[in-house]
Amino acid sequence: MLDYVDGSSLAGPMRELFAVDVTAVEGRCAGCGLAGPLANLRVYGHDHGPGVVGRCPGCDEVILRLVRTPTDAWLDLRGAVSLRFSM
Amino acid sequence: MARAAVSRRLTWRAATLQEVRAETGSAHTLVFEVPGWAGHLPGQHVDVRLTAEDGYSTERSYSIASAFSDRDDLVELTVQRIPDGEVSPYLVDVLQPGMRVELRGPVGGWFVWRPADTAPVLLVAGGSGVVPLMAMIRARAEAAVRVPFRLVYSTRTPEDVLYADELRRRALEDRGLDVTVVYTRRVPDGHGRPPGRLTAADLAEWGWPPDFEPSVFVCGPTGFVEAAADLLTDAGHEPQRIKTERFGGTDA
Repeated sequence: MLDYVDGSSLAGPMRELFAVDVTAVEGRCAGCGLAGPLANLRVYGHDHGPGVVGRCPGCDEVILRLVRTPTDAWLDLRGAVSLRFSM
Repeated sequence: MARAAVSRRLTWRAATLQEVRAETGSAHTLVFEVPGWAGHLPGQHVDVRLTAEDGYSTERSYSIASAFSDRDDLVELTVQRIPDGEVSPYLVDVLQPGMRVELRGPVGGWFVWRPADTAPVLLVAGGSGVVPLMAMIRARAEAAVRVPFRLVYSTRTPEDVLYADELRRRALEDRGLDVTVVYTRRVPDGHGRPPGRLTAADLAEWGWPPDFEPSVFVCGPTGFVEAAADLLTDAGHEPQRIKTERFGGTDA
């Protein structure tokens, strides 16, 4: 089994893209409907490869993928119905 | 540039190692000076980036160990050497005062304690998972608040205890702070509890009862965090009040 780390590990890479911290934002899984902070995702690929995959801690579906190239960041939020930001 | 001035995106900045403190045989606290550091909350982390002369670079996340003080621009990280790791042996064995790394942070807004929070706090640490929890204990003292804190710290042997002297001192001097160390492999002489993994009885005796509605922070290796969180929910703590932070089995 591959090792994973917390969604908290996304905080640095995401703060290069967003003006607010998104790890405290509540996401809802398109697979099972579980809602929770992105900090609770299971993140794979943090120690190798060009990007990371964040999976739902409830059903293991892919919530997001974040890939960096030398010039761009690609954020794929395929598995998130919504992100709820506290204002 | 006006655009840069309004950008709130985070970028990498230079940090100079100012001081090193040995904590245990395999863990050092690295004190970095980061000019213009605007502060952090306890529980937040920073990413550290190392770049080789050939341009190869790699980064890792580390919890901040220190409480923010507006009197200086210092950020302390406690790094445990992982023998086969790519980053931690360099930070523990090679980096010397005066040398620089790049830092990005502070980041993370979930696993944080705010001094304005009034709920009692239960901190449950496994091994070097104590680092962000120590930042909370230090921030509590820095803010001079009286919110009751309890730390239950599971570690292998007495030699593995991080911040041992400071924890002993704070347990006596910081009013409202209780510290319990649970040893899993070997206990100090005269210690009543036999060595063993953290149990429901340990948390019942040294933690807070669920009716106190404490904020619970659990940090450690993945297996420890999952076991401790299960013990806490089985004891009746609301899952929403339990915040967890895992570090994987990889180079942390």
